[in-house]
Amino acid sequence: MSLTVLNVIAAVVIAIAFAAANAAYLVWAERRGAARIQRRPGPNINGPFGLLQPPIDGIKLMTKQLMIPGGADKILFMVAPVLAMAPAIMSFVTIPFSEGIVARNMDIGVLMIFAFASLGAMAILFAGWGSRNKYSVMASVRAVSQNVSYEIPMLITAITVIMVNGSMDLKAISLAQAGGFWHWNIFPSLQSPLMPVSFIIFFICSLAETNRAPFDLGEAESELVAGFHTEYGSMGFGLFFMGEYANIVIGASLTTLLFLGGWGCPFGLFPGVWWFLLKIYLLIATFIWIRWTFPRTTIYGLLNLSWKILIPISLFNLLLTAGLLKVF
Amino acid sequence: MNPSMAITEAPGLFTADGLTGLIFLIMMAVTLIGGIIACCAERLVRAIAGLIVCFIGVAALYYFLNSPFVAMMQMLIYVGAVCITIAFAIMLAAPEESRKNGPAGPLSGPLGFITAGLVSFGLIAMAMRTQFTSHPKINNGTMEEIGIEFLTSYSMAFELISVVLLIAIIGALVIARAGRSK
Repeated sequence: MSLTVLNVIAAVVIAIAFAAANAAYLVWAERRGAARIQRRPGPNINGPFGLLQPPIDGIKLMTKQLMIPGGADKILFMVAPVLAMAPAIMSFVTIPFSEGIVARNMDIGVLMIFAFASLGAMAILFAGWGSRNKYSVMASVRAVSQNVSYEIPMLITAITVIMVNGSMDLKAISLAQAGGFWHWNIFPSLQSPLMPVSFIIFFICSLAETNRAPFDLGEAESELVAGFHTEYGSMGFGLFFMGEYANIVIGASLTTLLFLGGWGCPFGLFPGVWWFLLKIYLLIATFIWIRWTFPRTTIYGLLNLSWKILIPISLFNLLLTAGLLKVF
Repeated sequence: MNPSMAITEAPGLFTADGLTGLIFLIMMAVTLIGGIIACCAERLVRAIAGLIVCFIGVAALYYFLNSPFVAMMQMLIYVGAVCITIAFAIMLAAPEESRKNGPAGPLSGPLGFITAGLVSFGLIAMAMRTQFTSHPKINNGTMEEIGIEFLTSYSMAFELISVVLLIAIIGALVIARAGRSK
């Protein structure tokens, strides 16, 4: 009994620490990556390679006063940043980092991550509405419509993978792809010849779900000041950023587990947590690379891409996979 | 706890049954508080927030009742889809915080309290007089078992629900396209 309680507490603490450490150092990685792409020095003064910048930024954010604008809905304004961070931490509970490292493996792991990810849209909505600022409201309407539209193709693609593997258990899906890169779900098989297309759709959707450029219409700084977090300062702003980076880590982990063989080695050697971390950080580096190389789309282009291209293709892929699963 | 055993006295707080009961009461409180916020909030966005709290409480109850699949579907569908759709409707319609315009209905005064009292008295009396028997566990509530039940024993209800949803979508499309030229 007490051991179970201790396990739960340890899992929660590790999940929060992992999310926070990733958020801090991914901000650093993003700023360095942006600087490299834009041919300028990034944060490189504090510590070697500027590695002491994140803790200093954290101290600065925490010591600032939390300003609540007049006329704002105080409760919703305060709740929104927490609501942005909490579901991301819940999702870490069910992500298996390797065969043994998982807080609570559930047989409906994929469903649980999607269920908690759907709370993120509410955080943006409350933030925009609660700040009583027209730019924030416009940004939150944009961000929520984007989240809703991209959740559909993402779920349909996830269902395709679930059908091929016959399980919603992230651990089982990962174990089914063990033993070399030719077993990974990303490569076409007899049952699902369009798997690479699914992977691209899933990756685009995870970019859009985390409100990253080129899909960052919710915080388009040239039109909407800073989008839904215009009115946030100090740690409220910090929590939004932590939530965003935690969601990026979750998106990369889910892509790795569903398509890239989880913690399996490409050549069948030494499967373990190191391969998983290598894969997710490569994906996150791609996220950063895409953000600083592509220009922002328009909101209509964004919604048309989801409803007119991604959803029909993913539905066709689902039907094709279902048919071929029946045949073979 | 043995399901056939009748509860004669309240278990201690720091026993397994006591803690289970405490968690159950917390979930009930979350659900009820969310419902009260949803009904009483003057701002519609706060009402949605209350509704979300209520739905999360219900999802926790499903999880408590050993059906994690239903709990997660509750989160995904009710919080992730229904609440966001309501929020969209509010934002697009922009009701401008209209408060109590027009005369109050006949049920809003003492009559309302009497109605509420009678209804709750009836429900409490019914609950007190019913002999509760524990139902045997049907299955484990996993996805496979629910799917098999849906497509065998309850296939009629399942199909009817999908027909109702189809009609709703077509109706929404007809209403939405009525004002457009093409």
